[in-house]
Amino acid sequence: MFKLIPRENVSPVLSLLGPLFSVGLTMIVGGILFYFLGVDPFAAIKMIFWDPLMSETFSTYSIPQIFIKGAPLILIALGLSVGFKANVWNIGAEGQYIMGAIFGASFALSLYPLESIVIFPAMILIGVIGGCLWSMIPAFLKVKFQVNEILVSLMLVYVAEQILALASLGFLRNPDGAGFPGSRNLNQYTSASNAEIIAGTGIHLGVLLSLLMVIFFYVLLFRHSLGFKIKLLGNSPKASGFSGDNPNKLIFLCLTLSGSLAGLAGIMEVAGPAGQINIDFNVGYGFTAIIVAFLGRLNPIGIFFAGIVMALTYVGGELTQFMLNLPAAAIQVFQGMLLFFLLSFDLFVHYKIKLKGNK
Amino acid sequence: MRQFMKYFSASFLFISMVITSSIAIAADYKVGFIYIGPPGDHGWNYQHDVGRKAVDEAFGDKVETVFQENVPESADAERVMTQMALSGADMIFATSFGYMEPVLNVAKKFPKVKFEHATGYMTADNVSTYSARFYEGRTVAGHIAGKMTQSNTIGYVASYPIPEVVRGINSAYLAAKKANPNVEFKVIWIFTWYDPAKEADAAKTLISQGADVILQHVDSSAIMTVAEEAGVYAFGQASDMSAFGPNAHLTAIINGWAPYYVKKVKQGMDGTWKGAEQTFDGIGAGMVIIGPLSDKIPDSVKKEAMEIRDGIASGTLHSFTGPINKQDGSPWLKAGETADMGTLLGMNFYVEGIEGDIPQ
Repeated sequence: MFKLIPRENVSPVLSLLGPLFSVGLTMIVGGILFYFLGVDPFAAIKMIFWDPLMSETFSTYSIPQIFIKGAPLILIALGLSVGFKANVWNIGAEGQYIMGAIFGASFALSLYPLESIVIFPAMILIGVIGGCLWSMIPAFLKVKFQVNEILVSLMLVYVAEQILALASLGFLRNPDGAGFPGSRNLNQYTSASNAEIIAGTGIHLGVLLSLLMVIFFYVLLFRHSLGFKIKLLGNSPKASGFSGDNPNKLIFLCLTLSGSLAGLAGIMEVAGPAGQINIDFNVGYGFTAIIVAFLGRLNPIGIFFAGIVMALTYVGGELTQFMLNLPAAAIQVFQGMLLFFLLSFDLFVHYKIKLKGNK
Repeated sequence: MRQFMKYFSASFLFISMVITSSIAIAADYKVGFIYIGPPGDHGWNYQHDVGRKAVDEAFGDKVETVFQENVPESADAERVMTQMALSGADMIFATSFGYMEPVLNVAKKFPKVKFEHATGYMTADNVSTYSARFYEGRTVAGHIAGKMTQSNTIGYVASYPIPEVVRGINSAYLAAKKANPNVEFKVIWIFTWYDPAKEADAAKTLISQGADVILQHVDSSAIMTVAEEAGVYAFGQASDMSAFGPNAHLTAIINGWAPYYVKKVKQGMDGTWKGAEQTFDGIGAGMVIIGPLSDKIPDSVKKEAMEIRDGIASGTLHSFTGPINKQDGSPWLKAGETADMGTLLGMNFYVEGIEGDIPQ
């Protein structure tokens, strides 16, 4: 009945408008949803997008919180975006995030209660390596046996979750924790604590790193030949081969970057806001970051703003829940709509629809 | 479309007026609740919400209650509670164990806000904890299970290997063994409090291993549904679940938070609330309630169950009365001796007779 035909000239303006369009449409459709849930749509939308930034009661606390919530999303999304550009689909950042946290925390806690300034940087490095190692499994299997990296990376999330439970109940369990699951609190271990760097805000090193990484990735993708090679691999693997690049090396590079950054996000989170390894340590940043990467057009600057908008919907979404009695699921639907509308808008930007008669 | 916009902008004006005016008539006392899952789980969270509604009912306009569902036990909990405190909450009930560190952190920042943390073990000047002696209820359920099983195999779906859950298994086992010396327990750990699919799978596995009575320490009603289909018996967890298995449902161990919540909010309002208190109440104080008993239970067993319940309530009976050995055969309690609070709160061993290991 319908046929999708690729457009020859994709409008760059429309392509950039996509995220704005999807945010706008999400507000409208979300508003209608809220209305039918018996919540005043204007108050709800205002509370999600406006109050965390502008309300006198909440903004002093919420503005730094938006950056804290956004930091892991931005870090992970930056790493993923490189792979997505090259058609390397790492869906398992959640697992790499968990492994980064476990590796780093295991290292630090194995030295407890020794205090030294070397522990903190070493812990971060080991966290990054942990995330990277976890993404090397799909990379190796893809290059060596042509196994689909989407499946492998996704399945490894569930393996990582099991290891997390094992760590919380077993080898990392707090010996002084009265038999309850969960590791020692890293915030109470000075040498390993990812403490706040601006007093009273909760802003930690991870937030700063997320901003620095935005700049680093911008330079890498737009000012460095590597960025071109990555795009070439995504658009035309054959041409990439002819130009003398080794696609396997690029696949490894993409998964190294995304795994390392997810690992970095994990160790920053466990040593900072989360404080401890526990069974429910991961809350889905690795999956939400996929939305952030696309919402940001796989562009580092775009990802920064997308991460902030996504964090805003979390922080503001929580406000609406207890201030206006909106169910948690409604906020999740709201966040899901963002990606849905963006992808559908993209479809129409990139394709023409042709009606076909039945044959 | 234009009319639509007109309607929307008109309602926007009206609504902003309503909002501004509603701030003026806000209640004098605001109480916040955070839940680990949805209040619609018919289990743990549902009963906390019943308690919240009881507060609403008891104080009417004087108290405003707010709640947030699905709050992860992570940095998110800290943010949610901070925002609640910022929005003017005077008292916050954090209703899951994993909120312990977040509660302590937020309590430090808001010394005037009173915090009540369920099932934790750390307190502060403005943090008190409360928990129920659910194991008392499991003694009653264990007795009924021991009497009702034909296959002498009782299944137990457990969540996390924490003292609370281990205590429940031991308590149910001791009572079942006393009622029926041939009884055997099969325990499956599923490492979640609420996952209907996993809970149902665990129940099916236990039934296929011959269990004809199932006890659960997880929150959903999925096990009850499975038991009903398979024609075996089960017990409601946290709230009455007979609607999900009219034939399977023997009784329920119901969490009675309402009287405690009403009492604590009242204390908060009149200034008599105290921090650093640890409440651990059971059947006697109404924090653990044995639900209506099914008609499937013979009258003699009903009578015994009620005697056990009343004995525990009046203090003449204790769920852990010696002689009891630990699983490895080493003695724990001498004849007539009852378990001390410290051992109960940190219980990390099975009693003699239970097979298998507690996951480490």
